[in-house]
Amino acid sequence: MVTLTIDERKLQAEAGTTILDVARNNNIYIPTLCFNEAVAAYGACRLCLVEVTSRGRKRLVTSCLYPVEEGLVVKTKNERIVNNRKMIMELLLARCPNNKAVQELAKQLGVEKTSFRLEDNQCILCALCVRVCHEVVGANAISLVNRGVKREVATPFYETSTTCIGCGSCAYVCPVNAIKYEDIGDTRRIDWPTSSMEFKLKKCKTCGSYWAPERQLDYITKKSNLAPDAFDNCPDCRN
Amino acid sequence: MKRLSSLSELNKLRELIIKNRDPDKPCLTICGGSGCHAFGTEKVVAAFRQEIERQGLDTKVDVKTTGCHGFCERGPLVVVNPQNIFYQRVSVEDVLDIISETVVKGEVIDRLLYTEPGTGKKITYERDVPFYKGQNRLIFANNGAIDPESIDDYIAVGGYTALGKALYGMTPEQIIGEIKKSGLRGRGGAGFPTGAKWESCRRADGDTKYVVCNADEGDPGAYMDRSLLEGNPHSVLEGMIIGAYAIGSHQGYIYVRNEYPLAVKNAQLAIKRAEGYGLLGKNILGSGFDFNVRINRGGGAFVCGESTALMASLEGKVGEPRAKYVHTVEKGLWDQPTNLNNVETWANVPFIINRGADWFASIGTANSKGTKIFSLVGKINNTGLVEVPMGISLREIIYGIGGGVPGGKKFKAVQTGGPSGGCIPESMLDLPVDYDELTKAGSMMGSGGMIVMDEKTCMVDIAKYFLTFLEGESCGKCVPCREGVKRMREILSGITEGRGSDGDIELLERLSAALMDSCLCALGTTAPNPVLTTIKYFRDEYEAHIKEKRCPAGVCKELITYLVDEAKCPGCGLCVKACPAGAITSMGKRKPVVLDKNKCIKCGSCYDVCKLDAIIVK
Repeated sequence: MVTLTIDERKLQAEAGTTILDVARNNNIYIPTLCFNEAVAAYGACRLCLVEVTSRGRKRLVTSCLYPVEEGLVVKTKNERIVNNRKMIMELLLARCPNNKAVQELAKQLGVEKTSFRLEDNQCILCALCVRVCHEVVGANAISLVNRGVKREVATPFYETSTTCIGCGSCAYVCPVNAIKYEDIGDTRRIDWPTSSMEFKLKKCKTCGSYWAPERQLDYITKKSNLAPDAFDNCPDCRN
Repeated sequence: MKRLSSLSELNKLRELIIKNRDPDKPCLTICGGSGCHAFGTEKVVAAFRQEIERQGLDTKVDVKTTGCHGFCERGPLVVVNPQNIFYQRVSVEDVLDIISETVVKGEVIDRLLYTEPGTGKKITYERDVPFYKGQNRLIFANNGAIDPESIDDYIAVGGYTALGKALYGMTPEQIIGEIKKSGLRGRGGAGFPTGAKWESCRRADGDTKYVVCNADEGDPGAYMDRSLLEGNPHSVLEGMIIGAYAIGSHQGYIYVRNEYPLAVKNAQLAIKRAEGYGLLGKNILGSGFDFNVRINRGGGAFVCGESTALMASLEGKVGEPRAKYVHTVEKGLWDQPTNLNNVETWANVPFIINRGADWFASIGTANSKGTKIFSLVGKINNTGLVEVPMGISLREIIYGIGGGVPGGKKFKAVQTGGPSGGCIPESMLDLPVDYDELTKAGSMMGSGGMIVMDEKTCMVDIAKYFLTFLEGESCGKCVPCREGVKRMREILSGITEGRGSDGDIELLERLSAALMDSCLCALGTTAPNPVLTTIKYFRDEYEAHIKEKRCPAGVCKELITYLVDEAKCPGCGLCVKACPAGAITSMGKRKPVVLDKNKCIKCGSCYDVCKLDAIIVK
C-alpha cells in the first residue's frame, strides 16, 4: 500500500493501481472518454490529465495510465488542467459539432463554442470499439485504418467483414454513440461510421422470438465448446 | 573467413592487414554516399575501373568506394591518395585525365579543384578545404577513408579495438561508469544521458534484455544517421556490442527505414562480416559473451522514430507511441528491459572506450560533450554533413563551414532540430550549439537537421510547411496532436492565403500551449516549436500577412503580384519564353514586355530568369 494525496485528500492505495482508479474509488471526478474498465487503458483522449508532483517536479500525466507511488501529490483540477481539457473539448467539438454526447461533455467542462472550422463527424476515434472487439470479444472485425487525420474505424479494406459476429459490443462501448445497432424482425443492423452490416438473428425454438445473431451464437458455441443445440432456446425459455 | 577466438587473434589480423597494404600505393577514394549517388558517382566509379584496366594499372592503383565524405554540394567527390588531392564535381569525362595526369604523373588538374568562393583561391588538398577545415571529425573521420563493405578496412583503422578493450579489460560497470563520466547524451533528439540510460537498463529486472539502434531518421533534410550507417556500419555495430555487454543483453536490433536501401544493405553486410570473424554471435572473441544483431526495416513513418512507437513497430504492431510512465529501460520491447540509442550515439561509444571519458569530456560545453554531426541544408553555399564540437556558434557553422548564403542574399533564420525544432533569427547567430542553449532559444538539438533560410523565405510559409509535414505524420492516436496540429496548419494556411484575421496569432499560441502540455508523445508536444519561434522572432511577418494581406518575403502566392519594372526591362524576351502560362507578351526589341496579371500563375519563373531585376514582386 502507498499513501498519496489527491486534491488535498490523503488516500491509501495499492501500489501499481492508477490515479484514475484511486480517484474513482474515492468519488473524485476526473472526466474521460477513451477509458473503459473492460479494456486496457489507452491514453488517447487526454481528458483525464491531472497534475502530479513527484520528486519535486510538476507535470501533467494521464491519470488512466499513471501508476500511483508513495508520496505522490495529485491535483485533478487547476487552471492549467482546466485549460487543457477545454482545448481538447474545443477540438472534439469542432470535429463532432452535431454529436450530443460531445456537446454535453463540452458544456459540462465549460466549453460553449469552438474556435475552429466545423467538420461533421460522429466518431471521436477513441478506439474503444476496436479495442473491445480485439481484447474482449476476440473477433478483430474492425480496426483503425490510415494514419493521423485520415484515421478512421473500419472493417478490413472497407469490405463486409467475415469475422464480425454482430455482438454489438462496439456500439455498446462507444462513449459518444457513434455506432448504432438495431434489431428489426429477424435482422440486426450495425452502422459504423464508414460502413454497415446486417446479421440474421436466431429464432427461439420455444417462444419463436428472434434473440441473438446466429454468428455470435456459433462463435460462443465454438469458443466454449458447447453442444450444437446449446442456444436453441432463448435465455427466457431455457429452463 | 576465420573466426577470431581471442583478442590476440584480432590484433594479429590487424597487423597482417596493415602489413599487406602499401600506404604509398595510389588510391582513389570515391564518395559513394547518397548525395554523390544522385550526382552519378556509380558511373564515375565504373569509368575509373575500366580506365585503370585499359591502362594495365590494376595492380598499381586501388579504387575505393567509400561512404559519404560530407561535402555533398560538390559531388561526385574523388580524393587521390596518398597525396590527399581533392577533386570535386568529377564526371566520367574527367576520369582519363585523373588517371593519366594525377595518378601516373602526379600532376594536379586545376579545373577539378575546389575554388574558394570569396577569394577565388584554388585549393589542392582535401584537408585545406574550408568546409572540412572548420570541422572536428571524429565519428565521421573514417567515412571517407574506408570501404563500408570491407570489415578489414575498419579493422585496419583500429576498428574493434574498443570492443577488445571492453571485453577483456573492463567490467560492465566500468564501461557504464566511463560512458557516464564522458557526459555523452543521446544524439537522437532529447539528449538523455546515455550512461544513465544504460545503468537503468542494466539494473532493471529481467533475464532477457534488448538493445536497439534507432536508424529511423525522418526529419526533412536530415541524413547524418543514414550516412553513418551507410559509410561506417561497423562503428555502429561495435558501439552496440559494447553497450550490450555493459547492459547484459544478447540480442540487438537495428531499426532502419526501408527508404535507406544502401544503409540497409551495408548494415546487413557488416553484420554478416562481423559474424564471420566471430565479432558477433556466440562467444565473441573467445570472451564467453554472446550477442546477435538483426535488422528490422521500417515502413517510413516519422513517428516510428519515437522509441515506444519504434518498439511497437518492431513487435509487428502498428507504430504508435504509448505513455512512458514505465520507462522502456524497464519495460520496452516485448515488455522486456530495452535500451534504445540513436545511430550516432552508438558510433560515439568506441571512441569513448578507446580514448577515455576525460578526453571525450574535454570536447564541448559544460553539459553537452563531444561532437555533433549536422546536416547543413537549405540556402547555404556548402550543403553537406558537418561534424563540429558542441558549443561552436551557429555563425561559425553557417559562415565558416557552410560558406554563407548563396547569391548575395541576406541570411534570415536557421531551423534546427527537424520539423519540430524552432527557427532561430540572425540576432542569435552567436548562440553556442548545445542541447540546453538551443532549447532555451525555443528550438532543440533534435537529431541534427540545420535548415538555413534567406531573406526570400516567408516565415509563416515555413511554419505552415513544417506543420503540414507533422499533420501528415501524426499517428492520430491522441486528440490534441491529431486534431490540434491539423488546426494549427489550417490557421497558418488561412494566414498565407490572405484569410488571416485578428486573434489568429493568439489562437495559435493558445493551441500551442495545450499541445505542449497534453500530447501523448514528443511529436505532438514539440509540434508548436516552429510556430511559436516564428511568432516570437518574426511576429511582424505574421502581422503583415494578417493585417495588410501582404507577404514581405514575396512568397505567398495569394498575397503577391508580379510586375514589370519598365525602366529596367530591355525586352530581351527571356521571361516570355520562361512563362508557362503565356502571361508575358513581347512588345518588340528595346520595349518593355507586358505582363497580364489575369493570366499570371505566380510561379516566379520570370523572376528567376530575369538577370536585370526587371521583374518585381509586390
